[in-house]
Amino acid sequence: MRFAGIDIGSRTIELVVVDEAGQIKVSIQADTGFDPITEAKKIMDGVGFDRIMATGYGRNLFEIAFDAPTVTEIKAHARGARTFFPDTRTVLDIGGQDSKTISLFENGKVKKFEMNDRCAAGTGKFLEIMAKTLGYDIEEFGREALLAESDLSISSMCTVFAESEVTSLIAKGNSRREIARGLHASVIRRAAGMINRVSSDGDIVFTGGVAQNPCMAAFLAEKLGRKVLIPEKPQFVGALGAAMLAADMN
Amino acid sequence: MSEDYRSMWADLGLDLAAHDALLGVLGQAYQDIYLAQKNRPEGMGYFDFVMSEVHGLRIKELLDEKASGRKIIGSYCVFVPEEIVLAANAILVGLCSGADFATEDVEKLLPRNTCALIKSSFGFKIGKVCPYLESADMIVGENTCDGKKKAYESLNELVENLYVMDLPQVKSENGKTLLKSEYQRFKAAVEKLTGVSITAQSLKEAIRTVNAKRAAIHRLSSLRKADPAPISGLDALLANQVFFYDNPARFTESVNKICDELEKRIEDKKGVFPENTPRILVSGCPQAVPNWKLPMIVETAGAVIVGEESCVGERGTRNLTDDSGETVDDMLDAIVDRYFQVDCAIFTPNPERLNHIQEMVAAYKADGVIHYGLQFCQPYLMEAIPVEKALEEKSIPCLRIETDYGMEDVGQLKTRVEAFVEQLR
Repeated sequence: MRFAGIDIGSRTIELVVVDEAGQIKVSIQADTGFDPITEAKKIMDGVGFDRIMATGYGRNLFEIAFDAPTVTEIKAHARGARTFFPDTRTVLDIGGQDSKTISLFENGKVKKFEMNDRCAAGTGKFLEIMAKTLGYDIEEFGREALLAESDLSISSMCTVFAESEVTSLIAKGNSRREIARGLHASVIRRAAGMINRVSSDGDIVFTGGVAQNPCMAAFLAEKLGRKVLIPEKPQFVGALGAAMLAADMN
Repeated sequence: MSEDYRSMWADLGLDLAAHDALLGVLGQAYQDIYLAQKNRPEGMGYFDFVMSEVHGLRIKELLDEKASGRKIIGSYCVFVPEEIVLAANAILVGLCSGADFATEDVEKLLPRNTCALIKSSFGFKIGKVCPYLESADMIVGENTCDGKKKAYESLNELVENLYVMDLPQVKSENGKTLLKSEYQRFKAAVEKLTGVSITAQSLKEAIRTVNAKRAAIHRLSSLRKADPAPISGLDALLANQVFFYDNPARFTESVNKICDELEKRIEDKKGVFPENTPRILVSGCPQAVPNWKLPMIVETAGAVIVGEESCVGERGTRNLTDDSGETVDDMLDAIVDRYFQVDCAIFTPNPERLNHIQEMVAAYKADGVIHYGLQFCQPYLMEAIPVEKALEEKSIPCLRIETDYGMEDVGQLKTRVEAFVEQLR
């Protein structure tokens, strides 16, 4: 049998299919657009599976459209992280428009979690807009930040205020790299606070699209003095977790 | 609604168009949240009727009472003693503060970062949509949190009959003395309003009436200990909300009738949700009509609410008033004793509340606690952190929620509550 997980996020949709041994057979990503269900149909077209479980903010829409079971992003990321790193006790997920931290019991059950509030502060969207303000591609943003020689303090966490703060720093002649580094540091401060509220030690598994940014992982490890583990293709961890939970239903 | 009511509302000075809009929203919400529930006790039919007539028949009743010479006193807080009001032959009603209304106009008078409850009480006044407020002969404000006590200074500009009650903030002998002198001052004010002197007999009767109402709610609460839960948290919350509006004797009778039915259900092992449904205690800020947002989210996420540690709930209704005194003064002391136990977060320190939360978790066999905080409500948001810490030390899962009356965070809350419920399974 083959089990699928679909993670319908605010920015992207991921589909993962695993076999009975838990091996990943399919992983596809697409933009969510403004009609998540149509996009979900497209992404599933031609992909074979026996059962599917949905997660992400669009999970309830999916449940209605396809009569499929659902699971929250929290549990899905916890399960997905465990698939890569079976001893995971702490998970940080930073996605397109939300971020969360999760601590797990030894047996993998969720112990405690934190989520960001209503706005996009400290999420992928924040980094995306800041990269654009500084004229970087999202891929080079983190790399460039790592090359900066010193830090620069950015105090605004609000995307709108931070954008004007960045504009004024550019006008003052500060280097792009240093501003980029300061922006990463501000997101890390927020993430570290959320991690500390759920767990105080041990390795951290970093999932979600933002985990692909090399600066984020490096800064996080430095800031907390804890090892940061990143799964291969971290943006698929939610969908993988849902697929594994679909398999667990057997 | 009949034309009768329209002229009644017009006479009260309501803004009919705005009021129609409010009733429309309220009716739709009630349909979607309450009537859509499955396996409801038949006795809830009474509360469905009360809610359908909350601005109609109940107001007409109040106005008829008024015509016969009784006075109506409106309040925003469980510290206003109904015993004193009833003993002076007046009627106490809770005033509307559970929905956003006329927010833009409210924000001309109050800072934006004021809690939703305070903003709502202003919105209903400015928007001219609360018939309870407009029927009231006296409106009682009280010095609880800083937000409320400063807001009453502004409310005083909008209404002519505001009476402000001072309240202690510390559970000390001085605090108790203050409460007693404030209740004496309130008694004198109510007697002056009604022209009725409170006697030992009228006070004793009033205590018994209010105790009976509380005892009925205690009975209902106690039945919620059963698994499967015989009544939803939404329905039980509604009974706790109607507690503030209804004719006390009729309310008592109706709640007891539901309890008879629930006892039968428990005997038959019948419930609103299956056995072993995760059980949640909600603790924190009051949830006034029609603020059903959190319980709706919880009970559509596969859990059941088994208790409310809240002013609209057990914090407000627990403890009866001793009715054994023979003089007005004795009974006034008993009233002070009873209300002085209310463990509102305005008190510092407030260890009784944490104890009560833990007692409730044990009594109602709750699997976890959701701490409900209204944004900008400093006292409860501050207490939320030590409450969470203390519960977690005892391995009782706790989810802290901070929200308002808006609907834009429902998706986010749903995810958090669902994840919390997954955690409890």
